[in-house]
Amino acid sequence: MKPVAFDYHRPETVAEAVALLADLRDDAMPLAGGMTLGPMLNLRLVRPRALIDISRLAGLRHIVQDGDKVVTGAAVIQNDALRSDVIRRQVPLLALALPWVGHFQTRNRGTLGGSVAHADPSAEIPLCLTVCGGTVVLRSRRRERRVPARRFFVDALTTLREPDEIIVALEWPRAPAQSGWGFAEIAQRHGDFAIAAAACRATLDDEGRVKDLVLGIAGVESRPVLIDTENFRGGRSTEVGKHLSDHSVAGVTPMEDHVANAEYRIALTKVLVERVFRDACADAERRRNKLQ
Amino acid sequence: MSVQTCLAGQKATIELTLNGQRRSGKAEPRLLLCDFLRHELQAFGVHVGCEHGICGACTVLVDGRAVRSCTQYAVQADGRDIVTVEGLAEAGTMNALQRAFAKHHALQCGYCTPGILCSATHFLRETPAPTEREVRDMLSGHICRCTGYASIVAAILEAADAVSRGA
Amino acid sequence: MKSASVVSAPAASRRWVGAAVPRKEDEALLTGRARFIDDLAPLPGLTFAAILRSPHAHARILGIDVRRALALPGVRGVVTGREIAEVIGPIASVVRAPFAYYPIALDRVRYVGEPVAVVVADSRYIAEDACELIDVGYEPLPAVADLASARAPGAPLLHDNTTSNVISRRTFRYGDPESAFAAADRIFEFSYSYPRYASTPMETFGVIAHFERAPDRYTVWSNFQGPFVIQPLMAGALRVPGHRLRLITPPASGGSFGIKQAVLSYIVLLAAVSRKVGLPVKWIEDRAEHLSAASAASDRLGSVAAAFRNDGKLLALKFHNVANMGAYIRPPEPASLYRMHAASNGSYAVENIAVENELVVTNTTPVGLNRGYGGPQFYFALERVMEIAARGLGIDPAELRRRNFIPADRFPYRAPAGAVFDSGDYPRALDELLRIADYEGLQRRREQARRDGRLFGIGFAAGVEPSGSNMAYVSLAQTAEERSRGERKSGANASAVLQVDPSGQVTLRICSTPNGQGHATVAAQIVADALGLDPADIDVVTDIDTLTSAWSIASGNYSNRFAAIVVDAVAKSARQVADKIRLMAAEALDATPEEIDLSDGYARVRGSNRALPFRKVAARAHWDPAGLPPGTAPGIVETAVVSPPLLGSPDVKDRVASATTFGFVVDLAAVEIDRATGILHIEKYASVHDVGTQLNPKIVEGQVHGGFAHGLGAALFEELAYDEQGNFLSGTFADYLCPTAMEVPPLDVGHIETVSPANALGAKGMGDGSSMLTPAAIANAVADALGRDDVTLPLTLQRVWALANGREYERAAPGRRATPRRTRVSGGALNGGGEIVLSAPIAEVWRRLLDPNELSAIVPGCRTLRQEGNDRYVAEVTIGVAGIRGTYGVTIDLRDRREGQSVRFVGKATGALGFGTGSGLVTLQAEPDGRTRLHYEYEAEVGGKVAAVGQRMLGSVVRFLLAQFFDALEHRIHGRRRAWWHSLRAWRTLLRG
Repeated sequence: MKPVAFDYHRPETVAEAVALLADLRDDAMPLAGGMTLGPMLNLRLVRPRALIDISRLAGLRHIVQDGDKVVTGAAVIQNDALRSDVIRRQVPLLALALPWVGHFQTRNRGTLGGSVAHADPSAEIPLCLTVCGGTVVLRSRRRERRVPARRFFVDALTTLREPDEIIVALEWPRAPAQSGWGFAEIAQRHGDFAIAAAACRATLDDEGRVKDLVLGIAGVESRPVLIDTENFRGGRSTEVGKHLSDHSVAGVTPMEDHVANAEYRIALTKVLVERVFRDACADAERRRNKLQ
Repeated sequence: MSVQTCLAGQKATIELTLNGQRRSGKAEPRLLLCDFLRHELQAFGVHVGCEHGICGACTVLVDGRAVRSCTQYAVQADGRDIVTVEGLAEAGTMNALQRAFAKHHALQCGYCTPGILCSATHFLRETPAPTEREVRDMLSGHICRCTGYASIVAAILEAADAVSRGA
Repeated sequence: MKSASVVSAPAASRRWVGAAVPRKEDEALLTGRARFIDDLAPLPGLTFAAILRSPHAHARILGIDVRRALALPGVRGVVTGREIAEVIGPIASVVRAPFAYYPIALDRVRYVGEPVAVVVADSRYIAEDACELIDVGYEPLPAVADLASARAPGAPLLHDNTTSNVISRRTFRYGDPESAFAAADRIFEFSYSYPRYASTPMETFGVIAHFERAPDRYTVWSNFQGPFVIQPLMAGALRVPGHRLRLITPPASGGSFGIKQAVLSYIVLLAAVSRKVGLPVKWIEDRAEHLSAASAASDRLGSVAAAFRNDGKLLALKFHNVANMGAYIRPPEPASLYRMHAASNGSYAVENIAVENELVVTNTTPVGLNRGYGGPQFYFALERVMEIAARGLGIDPAELRRRNFIPADRFPYRAPAGAVFDSGDYPRALDELLRIADYEGLQRRREQARRDGRLFGIGFAAGVEPSGSNMAYVSLAQTAEERSRGERKSGANASAVLQVDPSGQVTLRICSTPNGQGHATVAAQIVADALGLDPADIDVVTDIDTLTSAWSIASGNYSNRFAAIVVDAVAKSARQVADKIRLMAAEALDATPEEIDLSDGYARVRGSNRALPFRKVAARAHWDPAGLPPGTAPGIVETAVVSPPLLGSPDVKDRVASATTFGFVVDLAAVEIDRATGILHIEKYASVHDVGTQLNPKIVEGQVHGGFAHGLGAALFEELAYDEQGNFLSGTFADYLCPTAMEVPPLDVGHIETVSPANALGAKGMGDGSSMLTPAAIANAVADALGRDDVTLPLTLQRVWALANGREYERAAPGRRATPRRTRVSGGALNGGGEIVLSAPIAEVWRRLLDPNELSAIVPGCRTLRQEGNDRYVAEVTIGVAGIRGTYGVTIDLRDRREGQSVRFVGKATGALGFGTGSGLVTLQAEPDGRTRLHYEYEAEVGGKVAAVGQRMLGSVVRFLLAQFFDALEHRIHGRRRAWWHSLRAWRTLLRG
């Protein structure tokens, strides 16, 4: 189980990296942590002519607060994000989800940007970025552009990244102080690809009614899906959970594979939605009480 | 341009620190780090179990972090500080973690053990007083087919104290 | 029953045996110094092999062109099956089948992963490159992957000269089962299928093979585990006398659990390759090879019937076992079906037993030894039907078992089918289980849970653990008449060589090829007790070299034979050395040998202070032979070879004493199931063992926990899955799911001890343990929780959810047509459909669809496309999704053409990542606005690497390709190019319904 022969390039700056990509285009693949690309290379599922190692690029490892958002460099190691105070305080959803991403040993090398670039339908980080309303920052020799996560993920393993672009950063809107968060997933074993995952942000008013609600699911369709929650605003947090879970699967067409059929994915989604909504509301209550 | 490049079929000279010693060797770009450590640098304590990043047998410490060595390439390790099971304790001795493994019968065939020891070493540095659940969570990145894990969990928990004291 | 050894070591000298002595093996393993097969380079000039394997479940090999591979720099040779067959013969088995087993395909492949050619190169990397350059022409044949289809009338046959895939059928009858069934108050029946799984040792197979001339001989280093009955079979296949196949095992082996028996095929294959290329060759199996093509426990179909009296007395059992052998019968199969046979009564005193056994070949990897070897399947039948009977009879399942256990006063117990159970007290073990598990408390929790509407269940499983197999039991696959025509076989030889060198240092050599079980430690404990030394003073060598080791037919590591038999050989060799030391010490100390005690490193005269260091006494045997007592041989090298005398040949009534010791295991599982998610939580798992004397309690504990983890994996996660066409679906550790530390629940272990009379130490073999019983215990608990008996393993999340919610579990039927307009992936099969409105009239759409120039522009990734005759296109297509790019040779045939209305495309594609076949029906319909509505339905099947590792993504890839195709078609029509993802998103609803 050995990869095909490839050229190896290790640029030291983003400019060098995108210049290489511009020249090599489809023949080259950016390599970050290699937690997904490595197995695919070894199995010879992918056969690039060249790998461009961006894992050591200067300036892709930062986690910084920038006004109303937190910017994480694409090569931020998942475990570093998990241990970051900035992430825990400002992007609590990511902090909730990261322990579910692979295992300790893969999080020690896997990057935030790598997970987003690979776009596995079950992946937690793309789901979080989508639910948080985050943005993917891409750079090529031509330009830098910012694509909202809600548009970025197109299908399984398929994103709007052009072959000559690399992801340089992810932008996470800072969490509103009163928002509560919930994340849950179900996998066959701990650390496996989720059969279904759900993430939620909820804000409640003083009477415990839903003021604001964002709900997303992953693993079910071939990309993270945001559920339209407009009709649930103003509902009592203690009452709307069941309706919300029924509503969340109404327009969903689940993937089918040897692990789970559509019916089962629907069933899990309903359970998870109810759970993350409940968790998010409880979290919101807690945060509000803390603020008062 | 400062791009380091090695073309397919050519061999780059890799210089790194292995278990505290400066070492170097030749590697074409596609040479897996685990193959390089084993067959170029004779660190046979690195074991290869799946070559697709799941079983954890090949786990080593790169710059102090426990990572798979089968899903990265030797060229990527240039300049890094690598510790394998051979470097966890002074030659001819065992450290507290290794002794706890022996005491608790936390290994049978021992094939997965070097990777688990490397993981636990990094883990305990970060989490000096772990709960059983935390240990199991960390361990879930390894497959052991012999022990059923209970003895490994016990060994790591026992070693936690000693290791965090730097014993 | 007569014990195999006469003298038991005096109790006072039992200082080390029975103690939790730390393992001798550990320090080397913990510091990275232990040496495994891939760490060895025993010869200069090693080359490296990679094996090209069949992507097809069943196909004729039309031709193999190796020229491109040979031309690759660094390639030293390529050897095909036909060339191998010039230097080897088939590998023999006990079943007289009309077909031969070779370790490589000759002119037909019969399972995915079957070797087709071997490349030898300067590195494994180059060898793998070269494999991709070998051009093999295949003509696919219909395949049968599961037992039901293989046995069906008219099923495709795997082998010429056969009329059925059922290649052996034997019936057995003990007592009077017919009358017992006729007289029964109640009869309970249970039919089941049992999945295929494997213990997947963390170290894969490895072989270093070296052929030399003058005389022609092979030397092979391999992590082979035995049984060494296979060595003569391998030598036979290699056409050399036994001593010209020298087999050497490395010092350490990374687990086996039976599986590494099957490296035998590769020993023969690589030995032949070394001969062909004239070079020493190293081959290390990779994990993908291991999962698809190493070996596995046999999957089964079966049924069992149990006849009871109303009071719960078990009167008779009737088994029908259908075992999947895979594509060939590889020795020592069909032993998996016969290992439990002589103990078909399980742990029960039931006298009337009928057994019908069928061996079936299918287009799957040949099976072999795996932890529990036949036990898990057997106990799944027996212990499930006991649970079903308990519910039917209204008797507590623990109580029902107790009423039928062989009573403690009937040991040694001669079972109806010939096994002799050495010792036991099953009711006492059950009592201990109920105590440590708090059965009453669990029953109360179950009642409470049920009142609350929750799903809580308790299940039991009990069984004997045959250990130290009689090498003759497998000949039960032959009739008594057939057996009488061959050479008689019996026994289970174990050997030990103990020597004390001129410096007085003690070295023991044994032939038990451990794979992590700590044999060296326990053997040293036994020797230390006998010689009055510390185990640390005893070096134990466990690597075997068939030219220098004292091995025999039954050497190796299987059926828990170490503690059942090998320890006896060790004890005997130690006794012989001790006797000699006593004799010499007596002479030197002016005493009688009987007065000499060996302890603390000294030979002492009992009751005096006269003593000599052990080393000094031993050294005299080397340095001063003339001074030895008369009749004493110089030096100290004592060899012991033992075979339990009980283990005779099968008799004419098909009875055989199949094993030496019979441990006992009884398990309890309590589970709670979350109806909403299918999550199964193990609330309690308890297991009580009788392993006789515990030689080293720490090691016993480790084996118990390990066996449980294997049973748990089988119960919940593990399956080597094939689809109906024989495509292999479990190609990585992301598809084949082993339990991790997060999945293995706490295990409560209890012990009782009934000393075995079968060996000097009173020990019983152990290690299979709960691997045989956990699958049944958990299934019983789940059946109890859900109130239904159709519980099939593995109990994956979806399966449990489906069972708990009365839903059909769908994965079992991959061939079924899906709802139209939806991409459905099941196994390697996909089907679906959809429609799209195109902005052109029918005539134009029709023309474009069938015009080769148009098609070459429309088909995604098409590099070349040409028309051959009226109705065939031949193309080369590069398909790449998310960087997973492969180039495929494609042929497309047009069928059922109805001009301007509909046409069926039937296609075949072959490439490095696998192959696919598919068929799509396109129907055109005019829209009122002059546009055309195109409707399509397709079915496709994907095999090879993509099916084995790419399961999750197949549906997306097909949608993606269809979107690209229709986008390109619309683009040709409309002259407008849209980014493909826009079209994909626009058509998302259409494509997915």
